[in-house]
Amino acid sequence: MTNLFGEYQEQFEDYKHYEFLAIGYSPSSLPLSRRWKKNGIIADFVADYIITYFPENSTKEKMQNRIKDSVNYIANELLENAMKFNEQISSYPIKFKLHLFEDTGVKVVVTATNSICQKTKDTFQAFIQELLASDPEDFYLVQLERSAEAENAPGIGLITIINDYNAKIGWKFETLPKNQSLIIVTTMVKLEYNLQGLLK
Amino acid sequence: MKEIKGEQYKVNYKQESTTINFEGSLRRMGMTDYQPIENFMNEILDQNLGEITLDLCELVFLNSAGFRMLSKFVIAVRKQAKTQIVVKGNQAITWQNTSLKNLQKLMPSLILKWD
Repeated sequence: MTNLFGEYQEQFEDYKHYEFLAIGYSPSSLPLSRRWKKNGIIADFVADYIITYFPENSTKEKMQNRIKDSVNYIANELLENAMKFNEQISSYPIKFKLHLFEDTGVKVVVTATNSICQKTKDTFQAFIQELLASDPEDFYLVQLERSAEAENAPGIGLITIINDYNAKIGWKFETLPKNQSLIIVTTMVKLEYNLQGLLK
Repeated sequence: MKEIKGEQYKVNYKQESTTINFEGSLRRMGMTDYQPIENFMNEILDQNLGEITLDLCELVFLNSAGFRMLSKFVIAVRKQAKTQIVVKGNQAITWQNTSLKNLQKLMPSLILKWD
């Protein structure tokens, strides 16, 4: 079973100048509070790495900072979500990928994959459907108000990515042949820049 | 001067200017983990000071749980209806440039000042 939501793309290999970074780690090797630190370390690293992809002198310092900060925020949010919602009893690794390629401009795709249980899948898919059917700005403010009332208001990071960073977002849910009760979810965020490093 | 410190961040309060200063990177885990900072801010709000400034100019990174904490505080100020809130930001820091305007949407009388 595979379900796609939003803007999800599977193949990148045929694009010009394609390269990627992939990181995987055990979801249960250390207590959550100690593993949490990895998110910031990985996000800082990929944010620094990404600037090497843009042709030299094409990005002014201000634009470089904007690209770095955007990738840092997005990578950190996806990693935090993957860690927070990961199915605790599962040993399926948390995977993080950064894809870079040229199409009509430079595309930056950040993905995080983790395992979840059926109940988390149902809640998450209901949230995704609400998000995709809403105006992101209105939905964002509604979620912040809900959050202040101590209501469950998930996904503020994801809505911020769409609303404030002009990114496209998509999800893939799949089951593994060996274990149908475990769902593997990948969240994908896509940013597009022109060759001068400006957001398209 | 009261202060809360972590490995990569510092939050302190300067009484003479009624300013809460944030510095560094805040990537704490979820709302429960932000509770000590939230309590710290609420204690200052409870003093009915007339005006409170949140100085974020040196806060280079804030995750979404941290932004929820800030927005929760702004909503608390709005509900209290006795305190003017001023937010000082730095446009060179991307998250501030893209997201601080959202605090103003929660409370239109919030004064947003860029450094």
